[in-house]
Amino acid sequence: MHATTAEASLQQIRADVNRRKILDQVFVIVGMLIMFSALLVLVILFLDLVREGAPRLNWDFLTSFPSRKAERAGILSAWVGTSLIMLTTATVSMPIGVAAAIYLEEYAPKNWMTAIIEINVTNLAGVPSIIYGLLALGLFVYQFNLGQSIAAAGLTLSLLILPIVIVATRESLRAVPRAIREAAYALGATRWEVTAHHVLPYSTGGILTGMIIGLSRAIGETAPLITIGALSFIAFLPESPFKGEFPFFSFAWLKEAYTAMPIQMFNWVSRPDPAFQVNAAAAGAILLGMTLLMNGVAIYVRYRFRKRINW
Amino acid sequence: MTPRPSVEATRRPANAEEALVVKSRAEGLSFYYGAVRALKDLNIEIREKRVTALIGPSGCGKTTFLRCFNRMHDLTPGTRYEGRIILFPDSIDLVDKGVDPIEVRMRIGMVFQKPNPFPKSIFENVAYGLRVRGLRSKPRVEEEVERALRRAAIWDEVKDRLDSSGLSLSGGQQQRLCIARALATNPEILLFDEPTSALDPIATARIEELIAELRDQVTVIIVTHNMQQAARVSDYTAFMYLGELIEFDNTSKLFTNPSQKATEDYITGRYG
Repeated sequence: MHATTAEASLQQIRADVNRRKILDQVFVIVGMLIMFSALLVLVILFLDLVREGAPRLNWDFLTSFPSRKAERAGILSAWVGTSLIMLTTATVSMPIGVAAAIYLEEYAPKNWMTAIIEINVTNLAGVPSIIYGLLALGLFVYQFNLGQSIAAAGLTLSLLILPIVIVATRESLRAVPRAIREAAYALGATRWEVTAHHVLPYSTGGILTGMIIGLSRAIGETAPLITIGALSFIAFLPESPFKGEFPFFSFAWLKEAYTAMPIQMFNWVSRPDPAFQVNAAAAGAILLGMTLLMNGVAIYVRYRFRKRINW
Repeated sequence: MTPRPSVEATRRPANAEEALVVKSRAEGLSFYYGAVRALKDLNIEIREKRVTALIGPSGCGKTTFLRCFNRMHDLTPGTRYEGRIILFPDSIDLVDKGVDPIEVRMRIGMVFQKPNPFPKSIFENVAYGLRVRGLRSKPRVEEEVERALRRAAIWDEVKDRLDSSGLSLSGGQQQRLCIARALATNPEILLFDEPTSALDPIATARIEELIAELRDQVTVIIVTHNMQQAARVSDYTAFMYLGELIEFDNTSKLFTNPSQKATEDYITGRYG
């Protein structure tokens, strides 16, 4: 009698567990389907660009200036321009963004002023990029008289990604456990020492990741660059930042005119001659490749630092 | 109301005659988290080169009291001290607003509840306090690091891998590393905040042994929720309840013949 009751209830338990496990499986399948359809769109887009641009995806394309003839046009000035703009953007937004994040996270008193600043930083991340372009047009191009220069473009994109850098940096500063800070304070460290010797080094991985994510957003931005007057036809290179003789670098390139990858693409897409569409697709594939590469580096950096520090 | 501790430490009959120096004295110490009064008018004397245990049920304020000694509360906005904690021999008031908390923490070390080594090498963990104090000479730093690791009874286990991460050690080793880190700068008082609560019994025993060895070298204040531990390692014990100091006495006296009913109820396990 007892045995049968126990057996019956055991079967009930098993039936119940099986039913719930089916639900578990259903969710896995639904989740995978959704994820793969999102990935699939990206992969198809990329493959489509590669397929369409295939005739132009060669070394000449990378080493030629733009031209009136589609088959002779290349992206040399565009990728050099983009690289120099990214260099400027990274150099400007990294120190400012990290310093702002350190102040907000470690130093700012917790009052309404700080709260307003925090809310605004988060909001700035959502401001349409063309608004940044208009702001930069008034401020950098006219007020600071930078004109249509790489410096103006770099500064504009710095503004654009600063909120991203600040938010990402704050996240990774916050991830340093309180116990570690207390350990350093208990040894007599000042707030600056705690930040510089511990908090900052331990969050480098997250900060670099945020920085790269920000840059990969900036690399594809077109609207603000059009607003501040990027040229679409540049048949020369800016002066090289590296020099053969002392002091081995130069900043003359900062003041030169430029074009950038998305601008070049935009220019080709808007031409009626279908031959230019091939160029646009090829440039698009390369730009997408650059972005994916940067994100790949970000993932690698995060992985490296995670492996070294696990709390 | 609080009975004064007897002058001779009964646990140490051999040393019964020695004069016990007061290292620190809390006078009318109260502490506030915002409007909440967490410590109420504490008066207690900490003897030099002795182990003083703070016991009491959860939330009684023992950790709060401990963290007054190195001004850890200053890191939390909205906290306030009242009264004084005098540190001898120079009679400065540790909780005085005019005394820099960094100066206090340079003189008073702390070991935390959970081992919290820096994610740096074992060597750098121990050297950090020295570096903060501006010690640059490499041989001096190496010498001090070795001395601290020996005092913390972990030298033999780590001497061949001083360059590996402090996080690669086991929990008990990490805690001894943290003790070495605190000892490296020769603190006058070493604070232990439930140092074994995250450790297994064997690691706990080693830490207790270590505290017993340290008692001749440094003044120790240890918070513990484990009464056996207090009985094993301490010379004096303070029993706290709801932010008040109920009883303070020789450890053996307090555990065998408490003068307060509340103490007796707690040590016999009637609450806690």
